[in-house]
Amino acid sequence: MTKQFRIIYKVSIIILAILAAMLIGAIILWAIGADVLKTYGVILFEPLKSTLQLSEVLLRAIPLTIIALGISVAYRSGIINIGAEGQMAMGILGTTAIALLFPDLPRAVLIPMAVLSGAVCGAFWGFIPGILKAKLQVSELLSTVMLNYIAAQFYTFFLRGPMLDPAEITMGSGTPQSMRLSKNLWLDRFLPGTRLHTGIFFALILALLIYLLLWKTSFGYKMRAAGASSRAARYGGINVTWYLVIAMAISGAFAGMAGAIEIAGVHRRAIEGITGGYGFSGIVVALFGGLHPAGIIPASFFFGLLIVGADMTQRMVGVPANMVNVLQGIIILVIVATKMILADPYLMEKVWRKYQKRTHRLKEVQA
Amino acid sequence: MNFIVNILSLGIPFSVALLIASLGEMFNQRAGIFNLGCEGIMAMGAFLGMLVPYSIAQGGPTSGIYNILGLVLAMVVGALFGLLFGFVVVTFRAPQGIAGIGLQMFGVGTAGTLFRHFVGGTQSIPGIDNLPIPGLSKIPLLGPIFFSHNLLVYLAFLFVPVAWYILFKTPWGLKVRAVGTNPRAADSIGIQVNKVRFQALAVGGALAGLAGAYLSLAQAKMFSDEIIAGRGFIAVALVYFGHWHPVKIMAGALLFSLAQSLQLAIQGQGINFPYEFAVMLPYVMVILVLAFSRESQLLGPTALGQPFNREKRT
Amino acid sequence: MEITTKKITSLRVEHITKRFPGVLASDDISLSIAEGEILALVGENGAGKTTLMNILMGLYQCDEGRILINDEEVKFRSPNDAFAAGLGMVHQQYMLVPNMTVLENIALGYKNAWFPFKLDMQMVSDRIEEVSKKYGLSVDPKAYIWQLSVGEQQRVELVKTLCLGARFLILDEPTSALTPQETDELIVLLKRMASELSIIFISHKLQEVKDLSNKIVILRHGAVVFEGNTNDHSPSDIAALMTGHEVELPQNDAPPCKGEVVLDIRDLNVKSDRGFLALKDLNLSIRSGEIVGLAGVSGNGQRELSEAINGLRKVESGEILFFGNNLANKSPHHVIEAGMGYIPEERNTEGIVPSFSMKENLILKDASHSEFSNHSFLKNKVIDQNATDLRVKFDIRSPNISVSAGSLSGGNIQKVILARELSRKPKFLIAVYPIRGLDLGAAEFIHKQLLEKRKEGIGILLVSEELDEILDLSDRVAVIFKGQIQKVLNRKDANRRSLGILMAGVKDDQTV
Repeated sequence: MTKQFRIIYKVSIIILAILAAMLIGAIILWAIGADVLKTYGVILFEPLKSTLQLSEVLLRAIPLTIIALGISVAYRSGIINIGAEGQMAMGILGTTAIALLFPDLPRAVLIPMAVLSGAVCGAFWGFIPGILKAKLQVSELLSTVMLNYIAAQFYTFFLRGPMLDPAEITMGSGTPQSMRLSKNLWLDRFLPGTRLHTGIFFALILALLIYLLLWKTSFGYKMRAAGASSRAARYGGINVTWYLVIAMAISGAFAGMAGAIEIAGVHRRAIEGITGGYGFSGIVVALFGGLHPAGIIPASFFFGLLIVGADMTQRMVGVPANMVNVLQGIIILVIVATKMILADPYLMEKVWRKYQKRTHRLKEVQA
Repeated sequence: MNFIVNILSLGIPFSVALLIASLGEMFNQRAGIFNLGCEGIMAMGAFLGMLVPYSIAQGGPTSGIYNILGLVLAMVVGALFGLLFGFVVVTFRAPQGIAGIGLQMFGVGTAGTLFRHFVGGTQSIPGIDNLPIPGLSKIPLLGPIFFSHNLLVYLAFLFVPVAWYILFKTPWGLKVRAVGTNPRAADSIGIQVNKVRFQALAVGGALAGLAGAYLSLAQAKMFSDEIIAGRGFIAVALVYFGHWHPVKIMAGALLFSLAQSLQLAIQGQGINFPYEFAVMLPYVMVILVLAFSRESQLLGPTALGQPFNREKRT
Repeated sequence: MEITTKKITSLRVEHITKRFPGVLASDDISLSIAEGEILALVGENGAGKTTLMNILMGLYQCDEGRILINDEEVKFRSPNDAFAAGLGMVHQQYMLVPNMTVLENIALGYKNAWFPFKLDMQMVSDRIEEVSKKYGLSVDPKAYIWQLSVGEQQRVELVKTLCLGARFLILDEPTSALTPQETDELIVLLKRMASELSIIFISHKLQEVKDLSNKIVILRHGAVVFEGNTNDHSPSDIAALMTGHEVELPQNDAPPCKGEVVLDIRDLNVKSDRGFLALKDLNLSIRSGEIVGLAGVSGNGQRELSEAINGLRKVESGEILFFGNNLANKSPHHVIEAGMGYIPEERNTEGIVPSFSMKENLILKDASHSEFSNHSFLKNKVIDQNATDLRVKFDIRSPNISVSAGSLSGGNIQKVILARELSRKPKFLIAVYPIRGLDLGAAEFIHKQLLEKRKEGIGILLVSEELDEILDLSDRVAVIFKGQIQKVLNRKDANRRSLGILMAGVKDDQTV
């Protein structure tokens, strides 16, 4: 089998996968009578047409990157984290609490403290399913999902209660949100006319750190071994359950930090709906990015594009913004199926042999 | 006393969606597959269930036939979703956990998209009425608790022994159990493992769709994005710690629904208990039960979650 | 119910070829078997015996060739076709569903009892009774499979194939999990059944091939290398034909060692996965510079023993003294750091991380050591050099050091594991089935290495199913039976007969 064949084979499969995904999405679009090509055009290209929209894409990419980095750490360590939504919410609560309690601390102190608080709260929320799996063999798939719902309730409770904006009480409008947080917390917006903030650099630094951690340290090596083959890792003296818990805590911390950055950079107060599906989108981004920082960064951009694009489709082609969840679901299904096809040596050999028979027959005919 | 009667009589219909979805998931898991996409299929079922009567009458009264059509549509599409899942995890042998999340996102997103396009807003429908059993429903205490519900409730509970019979006394049930426990053995004796798994997924999907339709037609009598509220995931967990047995699963479904009806009853009594913590209860319960239930490997499908590959040399 | 399948007077396979990725499993195989014959299909691990039988049973499709029954060509697209033609197989790993009863397991194949809404269990039960009486094989239909012993499960498998109408029986390594006594019983049974059925059985145990078969076919690397009558050849002829040359693995003929006891296991009690005691008050001691072979039928506690020593399984009571320190219930990491080397049973799932590269696998146990990492940062150059050196020293055949370990052949994977363990300079080595499934070249290499380590003064516990390997290498042989050491024999007293008796559970050799 030639190397050339291998490359062509793999690329063709990926192209077929992309087409399959677009086709399934097209079915749904057809069901609601939308113009399929125009819709895809809006989702994929419209946001790129102005600086403002582009900055919104990058804005979405920031929390996506951070969350996906955390999820990839967990995934590579052998545990699947579906709980980023809840961990992000807990992170926001932590950040808001610090900002409400210490509004007068200087920026250089408040911001790190607040982000740290977000990380700690997120880490705690990730630690729970981790330890449940390690000690009691509770499936993390189920526990993280349950914790998402529980966190959502905590979030609402605090926002309607202890953290409620005093102004809301007096005005009686009842919007569950905290008051505007101290300016000392705000991250700089460096692109005038847009909301793009310095958190983007933070995200890039985190990506670098994760790369170094997983591939350049013995700590990361052990995490990856535990995830790749927990049995062999255990036989090799690696404490698999411990790394599992740490991985979940790191994953949660990242989701918490994503929440902190969103508060400090974008909203400047705790409101409902911030997590807005980032937790689930983060999973898709992680998978799409091959669970590697170098892939996650462009993947976050792509999915930021999808999210902003889908926001625009309601106005421009009458397609509800929920379409983005449809696409994300399709992409997950297609990615996992494609991965299996690419990893199947039998199939590749069968195709190779058929191809050889074809070309030999051609050669015989030509001879 | 009224308080308790209230909780129980609310708890029973609350458990129906969970019960139906769990029994469907039971067939999936017995065949060796866990479908986290159940939540997404339920969302589709909920939308489709109310779509038919709504389209006919825009929220006004319609005849029962449209409700039935809604239920049927929900089941058919649910089965299709189950088959789609089978295509990904049985044909391609993709990992079931992540694929399930993908299916869930797909289902929830599609239901939301279609809803906003065809219905929109917070339209309510008359839905399915209660059907008190004549005579029995007049018995003090027992009457309101057990015999004053709608038809689907009675059917759901009647399905429990039917499901038991199918699983343990029919050839198909035998095949399903074999395929989920030792697929190699089933294969070697001439059973088409993948075909049986597809069948189980279709059944599971149809039941999940039906469960969703129940929520929109009979319980909430409307559709919203949050209508499923995690019940699909709870159903998957329920099967697991109900040891894949219809009766234990029914008990589990009742247990969780009682937690939910307890929350409403507390609210009703005006007890000063934060609303959000009460809502949390069922989810916390799931985690606690998962944490403390003893693994009964011997009873259940030991090949759960593992794709079957005949050509794979051990 | 009548047996409806036709009697099979002859079965032939012609030019069967089957390919798997990278492996030619069956290479133009042709053989035939007539009515009432017992054919032994012989060959080393990986020779292609099971693949051929799976093709016969319709589980695999051959790429080329055909099957003829009673001189008519048949196509088996699934096991159902094979059953309908009268073939039945008892696999090496029993094809039974543990949490179903014997009755349900047989009903699974008994399609006559299947009705749209009902299973006629009475019909199945009657059939089982009919077969049991006819062949003298009694089974309890209501028992759950998990409650039965290995021998009883095999009986269920036999009854199952006969209930489904088998006129032609295929048995894959039927005695691999039986004690010598159960093996004798089985051979008597099969001889009796041969009057009605033809039988093919797969084995690599030459004694039973001699006892049972009247025809023999030898496979090597997927091809037939010999076909003939059993009586015309001696076991050593057959062995030579199996391996391709005179069996010549290195032998341990050094003088008995005088070292100190380094591993002292006292009154060890360990539970199995099922919950009952796998090791009962086990006692064993091993000195430095000696090889102690642990002989026994698999399933008598070997796995639990090696896991317990390495910290991978809980010790209920007892001690494992290693150079004076008790290792019982310490973490695997602790045991590794204490100087224990371990070549585990399953090389692919326990010995290496298949998706990691060869060089990464070589540092699996030492990733944090100062040798390979500096304040947690990996020293990539050192790791690469280490891999390059070991690749040469242990003659590991791989394209480079970055190829994934799982893609290597079995022998080379084992060499990677050996390289890793030995380069760590262990004070003791536990080797579990080290040459299982390997070709002679790799096996020879590994045995040489073990004998060298012995010379250097390292104590070795060798766990193996192959009596030849045990007899070749050991200074002393311990026989394990139902979780206890029956007896420890010196090399001069250990032979197939004395070991066979002990492996069957007889403590004192009454029949000298």
